Amino acid sequence: MRVTFTVNGRSAEADDVWEGESLLYVLRERVGLPGSKNACEQGECGSCTVYLDDVPVCSCLVAAGQVQDRQVRTVEGLADGDRLDPVQACFIKAGAVQCGFCTPGLLVQAHDLIERNPEPSDPEIREALAGNLCRCTGYEKILDAVREAAAIKAGIA
Amino acid sequence: MNDKLVGQPLVRKEDPRLLRGDGRYLDDLGRGALAAAFVRSPVAHARITGIDVDEALDVEGLVAIYTHEDLPGRIAEPLPLLIPHPDLTHPRTPYCLANGEVNHVGEAVVMVVATDRYLAEDVAERIRVTYEDLPPVVGIDQARAGERLVHEDAPGNVAARSVQTNGKGEAHEAIASAPHRLALDLHIERSASMPMEGKGVLAHWDADDRTLRVHSSTQTSTSVRLAVAAKLELPPDRVEVITPDVGGGFGVKIVHPWPEEILVPWAAMTLGRDVKWVEDRREHFTSSAHERAQQQHVEVGFDEAGRLLGLSVEIWHDNGAYVPYGIIVPIVTSTQLLGPYKVGAYRVEFTSLYTNTVIVTPYRGAGRPQGVFAMERTMDAIAEYLGMDRLAVREANLIQPEEMPYDQGLVFQDGRPLIYDSGDYPTMLRMIRDLVGWDGFEAERAAAAAEGRRIGIGIGAYVEGTGMGPYEGAHVKVETTGEVVVSTGLTTQGQGHYTSLAQIAADVLGVGVGDVTVITGDTRRFKYAVGTFASRAIVTSGNAVAIAAAKVAEKAKRIAAAALGDGVAPEDLELVDGRVRRRADPATAIDLRTVAVLSNPLRYAFDEETKAATQFAAATATGEEPGLEATGYYMPERSTYAAGAHGVVVETDPETADIRILRYCVVHDCGVVVNPRIVEGQVHGGVAQGIGGALYERIVYDDAGQLVNASYMDFLIPFATEVPHIQTAHMVTASGLNPLGLKGAGEAGVIPTSAVVASAIEDAEGLAVRRMPISPSELYELRKARQARKEQVSA
Ligand code: FES
Ligand code: FES
Repeated sequence: MRVTFTVNGRSAEADDVWEGESLLYVLRERVGLPGSKNACEQGECGSCTVYLDDVPVCSCLVAAGQVQDRQVRTVEGLADGDRLDPVQACFIKAGAVQCGFCTPGLLVQAHDLIERNPEPSDPEIREALAGNLCRCTGYEKILDAVREAAAIKAGIA
Repeated sequence: MNDKLVGQPLVRKEDPRLLRGDGRYLDDLGRGALAAAFVRSPVAHARITGIDVDEALDVEGLVAIYTHEDLPGRIAEPLPLLIPHPDLTHPRTPYCLANGEVNHVGEAVVMVVATDRYLAEDVAERIRVTYEDLPPVVGIDQARAGERLVHEDAPGNVAARSVQTNGKGEAHEAIASAPHRLALDLHIERSASMPMEGKGVLAHWDADDRTLRVHSSTQTSTSVRLAVAAKLELPPDRVEVITPDVGGGFGVKIVHPWPEEILVPWAAMTLGRDVKWVEDRREHFTSSAHERAQQQHVEVGFDEAGRLLGLSVEIWHDNGAYVPYGIIVPIVTSTQLLGPYKVGAYRVEFTSLYTNTVIVTPYRGAGRPQGVFAMERTMDAIAEYLGMDRLAVREANLIQPEEMPYDQGLVFQDGRPLIYDSGDYPTMLRMIRDLVGWDGFEAERAAAAAEGRRIGIGIGAYVEGTGMGPYEGAHVKVETTGEVVVSTGLTTQGQGHYTSLAQIAADVLGVGVGDVTVITGDTRRFKYAVGTFASRAIVTSGNAVAIAAAKVAEKAKRIAAAALGDGVAPEDLELVDGRVRRRADPATAIDLRTVAVLSNPLRYAFDEETKAATQFAAATATGEEPGLEATGYYMPERSTYAAGAHGVVVETDPETADIRILRYCVVHDCGVVVNPRIVEGQVHGGVAQGIGGALYERIVYDDAGQLVNASYMDFLIPFATEVPHIQTAHMVTASGLNPLGLKGAGEAGVIPTSAVVASAIEDAEGLAVRRMPISPSELYELRKARQARKEQVSA
């Protein structure tokens, strides 16, 4: 089948898509956006998290056909050209990246949290990120980054 | 003068790329390559009686199916034994594809190549392998019993038996004649590195050039190259191995060559097409590597003050079905068990045992968490027995700073003597005492108890051999653009080497960290290296970078002196702010990039800049090899020993037996710190893995040898909701063994975590914790057992 959707503000089209194919596969293998990562392919780690119509989803669990005519936003679409999103900038500043494999999914998840809840408490941050595994950082600096990004977005830093 | 960059918590140069989704990991490469998938054994121990591919042959997109019978030459032989050892008397390594027998669930039996991975999996699903079951050996008890055998020719399932003594008397005699004696039986269960990115290999064969290019998600590209060359019988210079961005390693990716690292390149050569294999999560669980599982029997003799007079430890180590990585893990346990303590007469014996399970190779900590668990449980048991403060027992046994260097009288995993080079353990213990609030804890406990809450405190310390040899190297080059390019053969898996190694080079060459580009893990750029494991990268490669950069700086001074003329001598010059200038007269200077141009005497000019290097232009230094570049190697004479102490406060729920960490504190000494931000991140990540190992993570095999929790849903890696805030404090006792004074930091955080959490639970509950990890239900069972004992006594 053919799947037509919008990704990071641009229209995308994938041909010969098999019904069982995941959105993650379509993004990575067919539309040249390998930023979203595959670490489990069964919805348990969050590395593949993308926005689907403004809601974060595990793209490994979304069938390609489900995105027909819908909007997808991936890690590649978070920055505004050269300008990193505050969440990205704060990840750098806090030292929240080690190997970087979990990072694309965590960024989308953290971005969404701050959009929904401009002043998240610590437990709220931990809860919001509790679907994203990171094996490297112990989360400490990721929490620092999210706290600061929230403060920046709320205009209090 | 530039402020020194070494020691500054700089942000990482590699982050912007990774944050934009522009990192390039193995699976992001090779679009359009053929995909490989594997048929793996569904049973733990069996003879293969047949492989039927008929049903698979009509799947569209099938390219090739390979079994052991199809493999030529050395590829059909077992994989190499990477680290031979005289005590490893019965080494067995796997075949690339099973040769008539399988020894664990997940062992590769058939390789399929198809046009994409979905199709390759479809093919694999239709291949029928028939097995004749053999009795599986699962767990240490069954392996020790020796009634069933994993390998018929390895009696008692024993791969190796090894004894070390520290030359300070006969341990059993010392224990027998000591005023007090105790014995402990301890158990640690299986866990695994479990990086977020699994393994993966992509191979490209250039038939015109007769060159093989392999990308692998490995911790050692140079070694993979030599292994692939040996197996495929190619000259090493015809093999290039490149490590792209790697999504974590933690030890599992130091093992090599994996069957897939041989088979995928061979298939690419055979088929003349690019071939790629990317491990899926289930494959990673059942066919990569695990660690930790040990049983230990400790006997200790001590005096009234809690001083150890004799210590004897017996270890039974589950090494899984094969031992490609030798017996490094139990060697590390046996030697690093001693920690910061003097123990009197010490004897340690380990038996490394085969089981029908996934192989066991180093996972961050690499045997140390088990050793520290044994030692620290022993310390607590002594304190309990003598009614002493647990910290006081430890203090009574500490090696003092004035005793450094301290020879433990053993042989370490690098084959060199276990000599602690430096450290201040009493200060370390004082710091953790303050940080965790040891002295005020009884008041805290009472306050909690008044609210019906149960809390406990635990403490523990370790020493970690880091920065082992044989060597690491680096090539440093100043480009004519002024860019400094540092190439090192070791790989990087998230440790921030693009930044920390740049800091070291930038300091020596007087440039900014932004001027330095670091290249890792690419054998096209640097061929000689060992790898990134065992907390060795910054020590070995860091010093190699400094050595190479210093050679470049000297050369720059000689060339600049010739160019400046006027009696300027190289010794008069210094490298500052991207210039080579006269110390006495900084205005007399030449740009480093211009020196790079002059370093390559030219026949031909290409632009204004290169004109300066042509024959009729100004003086260039004579007798120099062209290029402002140099190669340097650092070869440590032995490991350098980092150390740390952790403290933790836990709360245990009186009803549900839920275990919660209230406070986690770390004091850490890794010598001179290159980048504190990076080191802190390493410590945090290690502690998180340690907490996983203490409370959540265990690999579970059933009696049939089935791995029953092979997913992230069932193997419980901590999320952000499980890892507490971690307080860290640093101390610096520089290593005298290397020019920069560095010690490694990569594994530190994970090492004592199980030990200190056990200590705190014991303290909260007043019952002995002898087995880790511990779940709420296990704690509940311990409580019940104690209750039953009490009732028995009163009955
Ligand atoms: S890859 Fe989608 S949740 Fe793990
Ligand atoms: S940074 Fe490596 S998994 Fe999170």
